[in-house]
Amino acid sequence: MSRPSFELISTEQVARILDEAFALLAHTGVRVSLPEARALLASGGAAVDENAEVVRLPEALIRAGLQSAPHSFTLYNLLGEARLTYGDDQVHFDPGSAAVNVLDADSGRQRPAQSADLLRIIQVAEGLPQFAAQSTAVVCADIPVPIGDLYRLYLVLLHSAKPVITGAFTAEGGQRMLRFLAGVCGGAQALRERPVAVFDVCPTPPLVYSAFAAQSLIDLARAGVPAEIVSMPLAGSAGPVTLLGSVVQHAAECLAGIALHQCAAPGAPIVWGGAPAIFDMRHGTTPMGAVETAMMDAAYAQVGRSLGLPTHTYLAASDAKLVDAQAGLESGISAVLAALAGVSMVSGAGMLDFLNCHSAEKLVVDAEAVRAALRLREGMHELTPTLGLEFFVGIDFRADFLKQKVTRQLFRAEQSLPSAVIDRGSVRAWEESGRLDTWARARLRVEELVAAYTPPDLPPAQAQELRERMAAEQKAVSA
Amino acid sequence: MSTDIFQAMAQSVIDGEKEEAARLARQAVTDGIDPLVAIDQGFVAGMRYVGEQYTLGEMFLPDLVLAAEAMKAAIAELEPEMARRGTARQVLGTVVIGTVEGDIHDIGKTLVGTLLSANGFKVYDLGVNVPLQTFLDKALEVNADIIGLSTLLTTTMINQRKFVQALEAAGVRSRFKVLVGGAPVTRSWAAEIGADGYSEDASGAVQAAIQLMQGG
Repeated sequence: MSRPSFELISTEQVARILDEAFALLAHTGVRVSLPEARALLASGGAAVDENAEVVRLPEALIRAGLQSAPHSFTLYNLLGEARLTYGDDQVHFDPGSAAVNVLDADSGRQRPAQSADLLRIIQVAEGLPQFAAQSTAVVCADIPVPIGDLYRLYLVLLHSAKPVITGAFTAEGGQRMLRFLAGVCGGAQALRERPVAVFDVCPTPPLVYSAFAAQSLIDLARAGVPAEIVSMPLAGSAGPVTLLGSVVQHAAECLAGIALHQCAAPGAPIVWGGAPAIFDMRHGTTPMGAVETAMMDAAYAQVGRSLGLPTHTYLAASDAKLVDAQAGLESGISAVLAALAGVSMVSGAGMLDFLNCHSAEKLVVDAEAVRAALRLREGMHELTPTLGLEFFVGIDFRADFLKQKVTRQLFRAEQSLPSAVIDRGSVRAWEESGRLDTWARARLRVEELVAAYTPPDLPPAQAQELRERMAAEQKAVSA
Repeated sequence: MSTDIFQAMAQSVIDGEKEEAARLARQAVTDGIDPLVAIDQGFVAGMRYVGEQYTLGEMFLPDLVLAAEAMKAAIAELEPEMARRGTARQVLGTVVIGTVEGDIHDIGKTLVGTLLSANGFKVYDLGVNVPLQTFLDKALEVNADIIGLSTLLTTTMINQRKFVQALEAAGVRSRFKVLVGGAPVTRSWAAEIGADGYSEDASGAVQAAIQLMQGG
């Protein structure tokens, strides 16, 4: 059975994108604001201009990195259970991460996110099988900034049995998080063998690796914890105005990151990821729900897949300010495109307002779009020896297929069942149940998932370890 | 004759042609046209048109930015002549602007700086990742009216508050108006930290700066 897939660009265009990215890195180079990173790249054959902090990368160095980077890796949870594979033609979704605000369901307004909001999102995502991983979904305003990145990770680990897509706020924060993970996973070696988290690392467009980003890549490579490059050209402002031009920049930023990462530790897991957007020329914003944004994502994912790498992107998000029709159509369309483009991990569900705002209610609506997208990607099942002939035996022109045992056997394989967020009842039933719209149904669904939430079955000693290590880090920072 | 050249100046700004704008500025000097008149009746007229069209949704940010670049090129050509004549363009105000320490996001801040300068402000753009002391030093040096602090990160937002506190500690809070901006910045945040103004976007920032200069 063939999987439906969406290839936006031709094989020739993929090759041209890579050729131009190699040329860009060889001639213009990339600015790397960390001496150790420049030294690592120089030892691999790169030409370094120390004053300008510019590194020019020969194709052979990058090719060596592409050769040693793994084509897939598996993520685990704290219980040591394998939960998902990045790569291997799998598509997964996780909630978007690092929103500053949440959409308060009672007031309908945005407000700064608190740790209680993160907990709520974790609980909702935990009950939605559409999300294979959790994310550190918001930045908690009630947690001191120096340990904010670690505290989010801690909350997810304590409350979820899914792996986590996360990231640090500073290089020191990243190192603290890696130490913490090694501590709670049974040591650095155990963490390397069964990583529970992926860390986003963001180059600065165009073509810059800050000291923080470069340090993160080196630290993650050495720890053997998966790094996810989140390259984000903004087409027309921090990237070329043409979509293909920005995809070339994306490729160059990812290739440079992979070269550095693999110089630091060949064979360490790394993801060809990103969060590009077009630059809206009327408002100066970066619309994540624009079709052109999704087109760049599909194109760069195709480039990453051509290199055999696991991929990531930011879709299934919307720029709407409420969970309204715009939110539904932008998130739904882009979730489908991401799934068909075969992206290994699609982050963004639950997010509004250019990734500034998270909403648990939107997350449960998006889960329905994700369900549909994943079903679409399964394609047309062939579940019976004949495609249709055998169903007609004994039918005799009556609409009696409901009576066939095979109907009961196979309908679940064919139809993905929506939750009550999607209304497929009669208009009378809808009237009688209070004429609820999507938003109202989503609110009920969130309440239902929070009520049904069960915490992961962590051994008491491990939970205790988590709490003690967090307390120690808090103390260390406030001292 | 003069009307023609003023129209051409306005058009060069509207078209975002900075070489043409600079050429017309040089021609004005050669023709003995008062630079202040050239600016007001020529280039500024073009800028005003572009601003209006932008507000109407008929022109876009690239039009606005290229128009501002053309305007800047023209003024650069006219400045020596203004100095020679002992005149100066009346500026609406002097602004020191930058992205706060720990944050390297450039686009929003640069756009605000560009639009401010196109709208008659003298702008000193300090770039990104700017230490708070640098803002203060520069503001004192150029006797700024407004200090604009940009931040895109919630982790660096706190620097906007620290800066207001630093101005108070230095006893110079009343000398400067503080304008804050960036994606996570809200009206309530601006009020909470004691900033004088805030804007959601670049064109709003220009309005906010004008209001601050009018004492609003």
